[in-house]
Amino acid sequence: MRFSALLPTLLGLMLLSPRPALAMHISEGILPPGWAAFWFVLAAPFVAWGVRQITRRKNVDPAYIPLLGIFGAAVFVFSCFPIPVPVAGSTAHPAGTGMSAIFLGPFASVVVAFISLLLQALFLAHGGLTTLGGNTFSMGIMGSFSGYGAFRLGRMLRLNLFWSGFLAGVAADLVTYFGTSFEMALALHGTRPFSLVLGQIYLAFMPTQVPLSLLEGVVTGGIIVYVQKHRPDILRKLKVMGVKE
Amino acid sequence: MKRLVLAGLFGLLLCASPAFAQEEEKPKWPGVDETVVEKYAKDLGREARDPYINTDQGDLLLFLFALAGGIGGFIMGYCWHKVFVAGKKDAERRD
Repeated sequence: MRFSALLPTLLGLMLLSPRPALAMHISEGILPPGWAAFWFVLAAPFVAWGVRQITRRKNVDPAYIPLLGIFGAAVFVFSCFPIPVPVAGSTAHPAGTGMSAIFLGPFASVVVAFISLLLQALFLAHGGLTTLGGNTFSMGIMGSFSGYGAFRLGRMLRLNLFWSGFLAGVAADLVTYFGTSFEMALALHGTRPFSLVLGQIYLAFMPTQVPLSLLEGVVTGGIIVYVQKHRPDILRKLKVMGVKE
Repeated sequence: MKRLVLAGLFGLLLCASPAFAQEEEKPKWPGVDETVVEKYAKDLGREARDPYINTDQGDLLLFLFALAGGIGGFIMGYCWHKVFVAGKKDAERRD
């Protein structure tokens, strides 16, 4: 079959077999009301401080706004983009918050995650409004700070930018899903041992998330290398790259 | 044109085949919300409810995902140009 005929065939197949994307955050109704409120309360100060940080940096550095646009949109798209993982036979989404934490700062990354999750809950039936606090905590806070911390640790250990970014991407993904597991286990373990439930849930995520975290690590590292080559001044401004690099 | 029509018909026939219909009965590639989150929540006594704003109706959700992806891509592209094209020139001028 020639390419000119193959393309419309594939297009026909795609158009005739639409499938809704599946949500991959904690869904509406899973967290009991008390726990849902708890995570809102816990996440709120981080979001508030993040807004403050964004305002400050915007005033100091006007170039911060387009960076915010790039990585804000990236987190939104990444976190509702289901990626098939063949070895697990299921799909999941990257977090993206490790990358945004490196370029925007971890607190600003929390804000970006919060807005992304809110839009997904409102329009994409992804996650939920009552679970917004919990999802913000796991993806926004735990994902951002773990990714940022892993990156900084990598730099302290003299790893190059790619591998430091790789660590950030992997950590952000795995810790995000640890956060999800933690929240579910905490709220729902009942009479079962908390640690047992936590371990079961987290291990259940791993066949899908480990391969995906590696992909996220490669993407994060690759983007940092790209910025290093094309706009090294950005990384110097962030104090993650020396003059000689 | 004849090849396009034949290719389209081929696609239709393939979609109507029993193998394809059988595939619909057992969804493949489930999200981790089904395989992990909702499964364990159900085992532990909680079930997910429909979203308060339920856009998962027909192809509406597919449309919204496509729209969101398009808007997100536009924003990334526009801001990428600001940073890596226009911004790069500004940085070079400053240097």
